[in-house]
Amino acid sequence: MSAIHPDQPLERVVAPDDVGDGSLVEDPAVRPPLVLNNRSFGELTEIVCGYAENPYPDKRLLLLLGLAALCAGVGGLMILYLIITGVGVWGLTNQVDWAWDITNFVFWIGIGHAGTLISAILCLFKQKWRTAVNRSAEAMTIFAVICAGLFPAIHVGRIWFIWMVFPLPNSNAIWPNFRSPLLWDVFAVSTYFTVSLLFWYMGLIPDMASLRDRAHRRLLGARRRGDKPALPDLIRAYVFGALSAGWRFSSRHWHRYEVAYLILAGISTPLVLSVHSIVSFDFATSVTPGWHTTIFPPYFVAGAIFGGFAMVLFLLVPARELYPNMKDILTLRHLENMAKILLVTGMMVGFAYSMEFFIAWYSGNEYESWVFAHNRAIPIWLSEDGAPYWWAYWTMIFCNVLSPQIFWKRKFRTNPLAIWIVALLVTIGMWFERFVIIVTSLHRAFIPGEWHMFYPTPVDILTFVGSCGIFLTLFLLFMRFLPIFAIAELKAVTPQAHRHHHDDEEAH
Amino acid sequence: MIAVTDYFPFLKPFLPAGLQAPPSRFRTSDGKPVAGLLAQFSTVDAACDAAEKVRDEGYTVWDLHSPFPIHGVEEVMGFKRTKLPLISGVVGLTGAGLAWLMQWWMSQNYEIIVQGKPPTAWEPFVPIIFELGVLLTAFATLGAMFAMNGLPRPHHPLFAHEPFLSASDDKFFVYIEARDPKFDMERTRALLESTSPDGEVAVIEDEEA
Repeated sequence: MSAIHPDQPLERVVAPDDVGDGSLVEDPAVRPPLVLNNRSFGELTEIVCGYAENPYPDKRLLLLLGLAALCAGVGGLMILYLIITGVGVWGLTNQVDWAWDITNFVFWIGIGHAGTLISAILCLFKQKWRTAVNRSAEAMTIFAVICAGLFPAIHVGRIWFIWMVFPLPNSNAIWPNFRSPLLWDVFAVSTYFTVSLLFWYMGLIPDMASLRDRAHRRLLGARRRGDKPALPDLIRAYVFGALSAGWRFSSRHWHRYEVAYLILAGISTPLVLSVHSIVSFDFATSVTPGWHTTIFPPYFVAGAIFGGFAMVLFLLVPARELYPNMKDILTLRHLENMAKILLVTGMMVGFAYSMEFFIAWYSGNEYESWVFAHNRAIPIWLSEDGAPYWWAYWTMIFCNVLSPQIFWKRKFRTNPLAIWIVALLVTIGMWFERFVIIVTSLHRAFIPGEWHMFYPTPVDILTFVGSCGIFLTLFLLFMRFLPIFAIAELKAVTPQAHRHHHDDEEAH
Repeated sequence: MIAVTDYFPFLKPFLPAGLQAPPSRFRTSDGKPVAGLLAQFSTVDAACDAAEKVRDEGYTVWDLHSPFPIHGVEEVMGFKRTKLPLISGVVGLTGAGLAWLMQWWMSQNYEIIVQGKPPTAWEPFVPIIFELGVLLTAFATLGAMFAMNGLPRPHHPLFAHEPFLSASDDKFFVYIEARDPKFDMERTRALLESTSPDGEVAVIEDEEA
């Protein structure tokens, strides 16, 4: 405790001089701006709708889209090949019967969690900075869940029997096993996809109405001048007109809209936690050493948030450089906040990794401790009993636990390049986390005679590349044609959105 | 009351008068039916002040259009909190109940004995009960939002008024409908003009019956 005389004035704690782009103010008396340069409502509409109405600001994005679409196409061919030939085209063996397929599934579904987290949990906590990223993170969620849903569907082998996962009446009167976590997964992932899509669509309604009105206005102008109506505007007026369902910005409508939005946020929060918990049950309810642990549900959820935020940063940091005026909406403070979340969730997964070791030792289960020591951590060049997959384990530790530690320094938290590099490392690390969990547990189980290494085939690799292509293609198309920021929500967090002279001077 | 022809004006010639909205009581100087009067504002303050005035005059069928939800608009306009959460809750619980019923019925119909546990134990049903409860709540919430707002509504007299397109950009509008029992061309116009809107108070015309 410091001994300061009550009459002695305290020196004011003010921020370091460096306030970056203006959003990094640390003075508690100053509310850091959520939108820079005092953008007016009209300017915000113009900036965000401009992204959706004009060609890419950089021609290289078009090239990237082409490349992504090519990868997606190759992935599609690989899936076709798999369906025609059978799952033997992957490197799976009798022992390692889940490998890249389920690794990719958990990887993508994890990435899909940040969107709902940002939209729902940050909404409930009234974290207004979410307006800078919620729309693109929600879009990312949907595209990631599409990629995720692909792998369990194609890994069943005979995909024409996939309908059996649903409780459909059939002539054998067979119903699914409702006690299987794999069946819970079917319900969890499909519910998650549907609810995320509804949530995203609902957020898009007013913004699509903005695009509709702008197209309509240009069409009216063309008609007055006697010009031919522009085809893109005709398409926009019809498509966005239909999708925005006649939204006319009525306050009575906004009121119900906001209540409905809050309810969707409220139910999405437990949903997002349940989905990755259920994904972890796929492993935790089995008796395989390394999987059979109670820490899995929270550990998986933390990892999902971690990986999802990394992907948001990985995509938005370059976009912020390429798109004009985006730095006014996605400020350094937003990046800093997300870097902090990376640091926190990175430490949470780090804690989970160490706790797995502790429980393996503390439980006295020799199979469990063997998996952690001899299948994962001890390098094979250190001991004859070491793990041939030591490099996968230590890649995971380096990327997920060590690399975010640089964010203890504010200099790195506010440096877009540093954030982007860590985000990339975390994305790689989170893929390896799932690979480590799945393959290192399976490749050496109870009978040493069955020990096998897993070698991916080109089909394995190209299918994963294909899923990345699908994800990136969809995301780039989204950036080209839809409002990538929630325009109405952005306007609502600007200072001019509040009544000034009135008695309720509670600062919102 | 919202009539079918509000949504689909092209049905007017085909529907009996009973299903149609009654024709407007008011006409413009050139004989067109009046749908309402519209005043435009540039700031939240001006729009809210005007709305409070309209509220205090006792109008009921009127609206405030803004590019984003205004904080505390319920009080400014004087309407009650929506009952929408009730619909979400009831449908959500129904979904959860149906999910339990489905699993119970299917499990006792096709018994899979695992570890000797009773085939219809409720505990393993919890994840799917939860998921289906959430799923139905989400559909009910979005559906109720649409239904209570009278959406989708592709046609509305306001859409024909070009300056109103700025409601999706940076302008605020107070719109008093001619259906309001207190509506009167002269007095309502005077009320709106007294709130010092941007420019003239606009007369919104209805489609010809």
